[in-house]
Amino acid sequence: MKKTDITIAVTGLNAIDSPGPGISVIRALRESSYYNPRIIGLSYDTMEPGIYMHDLVDKTYQIPFPSAGVDNLLHRIREINKKEKLDVIIPNFDAELFNFIKLEQRLSEDLNIKMFLPSLNQFEERQKSNLFAFGKKYKVKVPKNKTLFSLSEIPLIENDFTFPLVVKGKYYDAKIAYSREQIAQHFEKISVRWGLPIIIQEYIFGSEVNVTAIGDGTGRTVGAVPMRKQYITDKGKAWSGISLDDDKLLKITHDIIKATKWKGSLELEFIKTSNEEYYLLEINPRFPAWIYLAVGCGQNHPDALLKMALGRKVKSFSKHETGKMFIRYSYDMIVNLKEFEKISTLGEL
Amino acid sequence: MKIKQNIAISDSGFIFNPTTGDSFSTNPIGQEIIKLLHNSKTEDEIRSFILETYQISRDHFEKDYYDFINVLKKYKLLEENEKD
Amino acid sequence: MTKLQYERPVLQLLNSGAMNKYGTRTEYTPYSHIEGVSVHGLTEKYGSPLFVISERQIRQNFKDANRSFKTRYPKVQFAWSYKTNYLNAVCNVFHQEGSWAEVVSGFEYDKALNNGVPGSKIIFNGPDKTEEELRTAVLNNSPIHIDHLDELYSLQEIAEELNLRPKVAIRVNMDTGIYPMWDRFGFNYENGQAWDAINKIMLNDKLDLIGLHCHIGTYMLAPNAYSIAAAKLSDLAINIKYKYKKNIQYIDMGGGFASKNTLKGSYLLGVDTVPTIDQFAEAICTSILNAGFLEEELPLLILETGRALIDDAGFLLGSVISNKRLSDGRRAVIMDFGVNIMFTSFWYDHKITPAQEFSEFTEDMVLYGPLCMNIDVIREHVTLPLLKKGDQVVVHTVGAYNMTQWMQFIALRPAVVMIDLKGVAHVIRKRETIKSIENEEILPDYLKSFSLNGVEKRTA
Repeated sequence: MKKTDITIAVTGLNAIDSPGPGISVIRALRESSYYNPRIIGLSYDTMEPGIYMHDLVDKTYQIPFPSAGVDNLLHRIREINKKEKLDVIIPNFDAELFNFIKLEQRLSEDLNIKMFLPSLNQFEERQKSNLFAFGKKYKVKVPKNKTLFSLSEIPLIENDFTFPLVVKGKYYDAKIAYSREQIAQHFEKISVRWGLPIIIQEYIFGSEVNVTAIGDGTGRTVGAVPMRKQYITDKGKAWSGISLDDDKLLKITHDIIKATKWKGSLELEFIKTSNEEYYLLEINPRFPAWIYLAVGCGQNHPDALLKMALGRKVKSFSKHETGKMFIRYSYDMIVNLKEFEKISTLGEL
Repeated sequence: MKIKQNIAISDSGFIFNPTTGDSFSTNPIGQEIIKLLHNSKTEDEIRSFILETYQISRDHFEKDYYDFINVLKKYKLLEENEKD
Repeated sequence: MTKLQYERPVLQLLNSGAMNKYGTRTEYTPYSHIEGVSVHGLTEKYGSPLFVISERQIRQNFKDANRSFKTRYPKVQFAWSYKTNYLNAVCNVFHQEGSWAEVVSGFEYDKALNNGVPGSKIIFNGPDKTEEELRTAVLNNSPIHIDHLDELYSLQEIAEELNLRPKVAIRVNMDTGIYPMWDRFGFNYENGQAWDAINKIMLNDKLDLIGLHCHIGTYMLAPNAYSIAAAKLSDLAINIKYKYKKNIQYIDMGGGFASKNTLKGSYLLGVDTVPTIDQFAEAICTSILNAGFLEEELPLLILETGRALIDDAGFLLGSVISNKRLSDGRRAVIMDFGVNIMFTSFWYDHKITPAQEFSEFTEDMVLYGPLCMNIDVIREHVTLPLLKKGDQVVVHTVGAYNMTQWMQFIALRPAVVMIDLKGVAHVIRKRETIKSIENEEILPDYLKSFSLNGVEKRTA
């Protein structure tokens, strides 16, 4: 059967030591059973490796940073669309999602470019600072947390928490504290870097397990693959991981997608305790960098997302292979300065 | 004043300094000045060329020119033994 | 032969991590006209810098906000927050649209009276009201929003003395889940102070408690906080009804809705992220409608929205004085306006666009004001076209607080013009002259003469 030609723009080409998901998503799309994609990379930095990976990415354009706002992004997408006639965009960065969600309707109606994203409400609800309320609302166990705005509030938390506990920044950073003094130390260090508030979180003993999943927006889970990281880089990123057979974890995933009517891809991060309890740590509203493991396990989520974005019906994946591993590797490409010059001065390559 | 001879400048305004590995971009006027420097033109020659070609007063150009030369110096794009 | 357009030569180091040229907040599109009136024409006629207010935008903002609330709630009244912008022309546009006045000082109160606002339509807020001012407000039948117990006692005395029953509301502060909590104003809800103050007023009976007021913060980004606040005020109103069989006439939700400016340090642009008035309206109206009032007893909903109605109707036009290079190599551009007249640049990254055409080349720069003070920074970081002396820029969204908080420091404050609905510019505040400042000064006679190095002082 001849595959249908299609043009898909993908972000997250930063396949570096702490990689964005773009390259994995593109590999998955290239294995689509139905489509023959032309891949347009959308990059922020001139050194994102994907820009130079011509066997995976057909052409790359620079786009404005999320901080430039929705209008600048729309303007740039219009320019790119004039040349490329985009059918679908798959954004892969947390920081850019807000703007793309805001543009979803306009892109679809004005330019006929489709996406398959969570709603703004879904996106906001699972933010780190809202996660505790999220857990309450959807009856998911979330480590107890409290936000602090000043050091003087530290004594107030001792009734609710036992040591050790986790001191977290608004966006990044998490440190374990074993005493009141340590909370204060971490508070000061983290708040200097990431500002206030500081989040105090219950420390849950156990091992981290993750799920990559995809919802169709009606509450149905189209696919879900659980994974445990086997080897972690000093940046806390998975270097290798293995797919799991864990019905309880899958049930929690299905329940969350059902309750939130999640639309699009998501990564759920859990701590599994020794008595088999699962605590939700984070929801990332996009594919994880390890999404290609799902493809290796028989569930091509990016392909399914692509079909849903174009309004096609997809069946749910009923199973995945367990015990499949991914092992990441790094690779030095040789790049001509001419290529760097092009992307730097013309904004495209 | 001379620009280092191994410096490559392309039509798109892209400049590469092979000694340091730095690359730069410049606008058409910057490109023009760098090319003139490359061809060993003197400051006077460069000034008269720019004043003939562009709508700009001598004082105004002089200020911009010295500023630009200082930037070239800062990025080590000028011959080191040159005095100005 | 015609000469080519000149542009300053620039050289930019290309390094990873730097913003790409599509990635900066540059607005390449020049903003050459405001409501059809040329920016250059305006500064030529009225000088630079110059504040410009669009009457059309004010009326549009008001109509939009009014519709947002009125389609959700049966009884709505806006009161123009004078402190946000009390130029009489601005206030009168709002009064023409049907806004009452909301004032926070005797000075503002007099301004509202002078504008012809009936006393009963002037809401008197704020922690500092002198006895004299309170007396005037009582005689004018203005609703007085009590901030603290001392004021409550003063008012009871004044009521007795004048043999009148002043109309009052109390200001309530509360935990709405946001930080910082504005607990310095009014009476606290959670610890029972507010209910206590209500009981004092109701039992003493010298004051007529007609309303409940809150103002939970400024530049609020969380509609949900308003929903909590409205629920708590409604709860107090319903308890008053239950205990004293008295219907509270109005709930005043104050102001604080964010405008479309971008706060310093925020990653995304304000224009994309701030909630719409519809979201605030939905939060507040739903909360009151669900609170349990009988339909015929629903209180009037008063809103003191300031910033969100005026900010984007204000522009500041300015010109480049000079550009220079700092010791660390950064480009610095000095403008003829600074923090003295643009106070809000302390907390916003104001959007700034050029007023004339430029090439696509840009530079990262720091924008300074003209003051001889290190704090006079308009934008620590901005990417703009290659500005040179005399080029003009338009600063956007400066309608709120600047024309009330501006300082007369070492220079005179600029003129303000309003562009009417037909595109005609009217001066609504003249550029200050040395006279406007020295008018209030008195030089004692014995200081009037001096000589310098034997030279007698010059005579005017």
